[in-house]
Amino acid sequence: MNKNKEKLLNSRYRAEKRFQFYGKSAIFLALLFLTIFIFKIFSTGYTAFQKTWLIVPVTFDAETMYLDENPSKEDLEDADYFDLALQTMFNLDKSASEKQQNDLKRMVSYFFEREIKRELLNDPSLIGKTKDVYLTASDDLDQVFKGNYPRDLPEDQRRVTDYQLKIFDQLVEQGRVESKFNLSFFTYPDSREAELAGIASSFMGSIFSILVCLVIAFPVAVLAAIYLEEFAPKNRFTDFIEVNINNLAAVPSIVFGLLGLGILLAVFQLPRSTPLVGGITLSLMTLPTIIIACRASLKAVPPSIREAALAMGASKMQTTMHHTVPLSMPGTLSGTIIGLAQALGETAPLILIGMVAFVNTIPGSPLDPAASLPVQIYIWAESAERGFVEKVSACIMVLLGFLIIMNLFAQIIRHKFEKKWS
Amino acid sequence: MNLVIFIFIVLLGFTSYYFGRKKAYSIQATNTRLTALPQFYGYYLAIWCAIPAFIIYSLWAIFEPSIVKLIILSDYSNQGHLDDELNLIYEKTKSLSRGQFSGEITTYLETSAEKYLNLRSIAQNSKVVLILAIIIASIVYGYKRISSNNRTREPVEKFLNAVLFTASLAAILTTIGIVFSLIFQTIDFFKVIPLFDFIFGTHWYPAKAFVRDASEPLDPSMYSDTFGAVPIFAGTFFIALIAMCVAIPIGLMSGIYLAEYASTKVRQYAKPLIEILAGIPTVVYGFFAALTVGPFLKDIGTAMGLEVSAESALAAGGVMGIMIIPFISSLSDDVITSVPQSLRDGSYAMGATKSETIKKVIFPAALPGIVGSILLGVSRAVGETMIVVMASGLAANLTFNPLESTSTITAQIVVILIGDQAFGDPKTQAAFALGMTLFLVTLSLNIFALRVVKKYREKYE
Repeated sequence: MNKNKEKLLNSRYRAEKRFQFYGKSAIFLALLFLTIFIFKIFSTGYTAFQKTWLIVPVTFDAETMYLDENPSKEDLEDADYFDLALQTMFNLDKSASEKQQNDLKRMVSYFFEREIKRELLNDPSLIGKTKDVYLTASDDLDQVFKGNYPRDLPEDQRRVTDYQLKIFDQLVEQGRVESKFNLSFFTYPDSREAELAGIASSFMGSIFSILVCLVIAFPVAVLAAIYLEEFAPKNRFTDFIEVNINNLAAVPSIVFGLLGLGILLAVFQLPRSTPLVGGITLSLMTLPTIIIACRASLKAVPPSIREAALAMGASKMQTTMHHTVPLSMPGTLSGTIIGLAQALGETAPLILIGMVAFVNTIPGSPLDPAASLPVQIYIWAESAERGFVEKVSACIMVLLGFLIIMNLFAQIIRHKFEKKWS
Repeated sequence: MNLVIFIFIVLLGFTSYYFGRKKAYSIQATNTRLTALPQFYGYYLAIWCAIPAFIIYSLWAIFEPSIVKLIILSDYSNQGHLDDELNLIYEKTKSLSRGQFSGEITTYLETSAEKYLNLRSIAQNSKVVLILAIIIASIVYGYKRISSNNRTREPVEKFLNAVLFTASLAAILTTIGIVFSLIFQTIDFFKVIPLFDFIFGTHWYPAKAFVRDASEPLDPSMYSDTFGAVPIFAGTFFIALIAMCVAIPIGLMSGIYLAEYASTKVRQYAKPLIEILAGIPTVVYGFFAALTVGPFLKDIGTAMGLEVSAESALAAGGVMGIMIIPFISSLSDDVITSVPQSLRDGSYAMGATKSETIKKVIFPAALPGIVGSILLGVSRAVGETMIVVMASGLAANLTFNPLESTSTITAQIVVILIGDQAFGDPKTQAAFALGMTLFLVTLSLNIFALRVVKKYREKYE
């Protein structure tokens, strides 16, 4: 009998242990996913911050550029650099056949002409002389140099030919291949060529959208929250507004995209693909988030503050505007920042309003067509070229960096400025 | 020009604030008692100055273009043009007047363009004159009304109250906007495709609608086998099911552990770390699913002799589940912590172990709240877009094999609407009909879940 009891007790204790183990492993699994996730993004993305350059000797031959003697600045500006650029690449292997010459040309980006031109414009005295010029390597060679490209594939299955690899290896041996910080990733707009693609255009698109979103959503949300929390009578209509807000907070984001498409673009005829429309759409989406945060922080202001102000003869409006609202601002602001961070990561509604179009200029105002960082991630992730994989991860890192900064900022505001009552 | 007028009105509003206050001060200086603080007189005058002008300004902005268009096109009214042609003529006129027109310039167009420019300048001038007149009139009126025996605080506060109330309507307007943007296209869609075919048809192939010759009239029988939504409804719920299979056990168990077992220190670090998962943008999850999870599952499958598509429902659903873990874990954590301590104490007093208390007492007590949180998670999974677009297929297969690719409502909306859309095309309308379905499904899930959670909260408060 006693033995049975002990057995039962032991099995109950084992069940207890098992249950605890399940709980621990659930948390462990969740954290494991997070770790794998971040590790994967970083390990594929960090190489994108390096860019491979080929250092090629360029002979600035006036004849190849069809320049007269003592050319003026304008002449240099208008001169034809293409032949010179081509000749430079052909000089890497003077015995190359026509097909091999084509391969040589494809070892660098199609910006090579511009890069050579910039060199000469910086120093016009180079005419007739030879100088080593840094040329952006094509994305395939870039990947080869970073070790992301399997070299042992049969030739017809990879985009780099054996010949290109041979010349490239020679250049590496001569120390003519160099890896430097990839500044152009941050300053160039999007491009079809992975080696020239940058996030400047989508970054500006994101900034403009978020600004439009902030300008619209913040005032409306704060005013609405003040009304609902401080002034609204308790009746059916107020309840209806509240139900609306709670539901809007849980409506899938893509429905807001359909709203943007069906109303903003089709009815109001706002310009397609612009951060203006994107920002308005996102502001409708963040509105409930900010309203809920602002109401919570208004609610947290103790009634004694209001009563004190009213006792001094302030009107209801004065009490609210001079005392309650300023005291609730830290909570409201941190809620707003969190709402904006959500909006910053949103993709689907922006795709629907056309912000997914290929934009290779940097937008200068909210009325220019643009993409945004998350949409850029989507566009690049759908591209087949290997060079874009690391770009996607790098873009994700930039986006996550911004989200972390915004969330930290929200935390700091909350902890530093919020008054603790009680 | 519009911007200049706008800034002008704003600046004038600010200056009239100072004038109003100044007048109030000067009344005060004569030892007369005012009925409100001086700044209320300032606000009063500023409102009088700016608001009528703004109303005129916005009415003008709304109606000017359509009136100008009407006048321009009245010249063409007796020539029997179609609506589309008239619109084209108007666009041509506008671009010609801006000097950006590159097509063939007819005399008709030239006269229209001249007339257009003429009308625009008349409109512009009369707008400026009208707004100036309104501002002067209302300022004079408002300024006159500033006196010691006139109340200003009440009207100003009433005005502010009205502004606050209007702002609170934004939420309702958004809901109305959503319904309006969806409903017209949806109705048009069901005029061509019978509702029955949409709900019970098993063949979804919207690309077929794209090859239609636009000049031919719409023939509904063409689409009889094109817009059957069963495969995508099935796909949506299948992927949501996979996601919940990942999210419920992990989310629930970690919620329970955090609420009942974890020390404050573990809680302090683990909770925010898990919530990071909720803050990661979905497009990032999509990339992760497509780049890492999909190929990984494919490799495992091939090693086990199974045929796994690189874009499988399992990859999309699994990653979606990871995304939903924090929703379920923090909601159920809240729910469990709000179960009163007395229930626990009672159970311990009867000799139950901690896990028995949780399983037999706390869990049943918290069940409605937990169900609510799970339903919110489901609604999130149904509405999730980017993970499916990037990681699962875009072709709607009717399958319940998690290793094959399926598609969802959200993914089909994106597939149809990415790129250029033609309104009035059944394909575009189909996307809006899908959006309507999605909206209704998530709305009912949300209302139900919020009600359950609310009821539960009231029970223990």
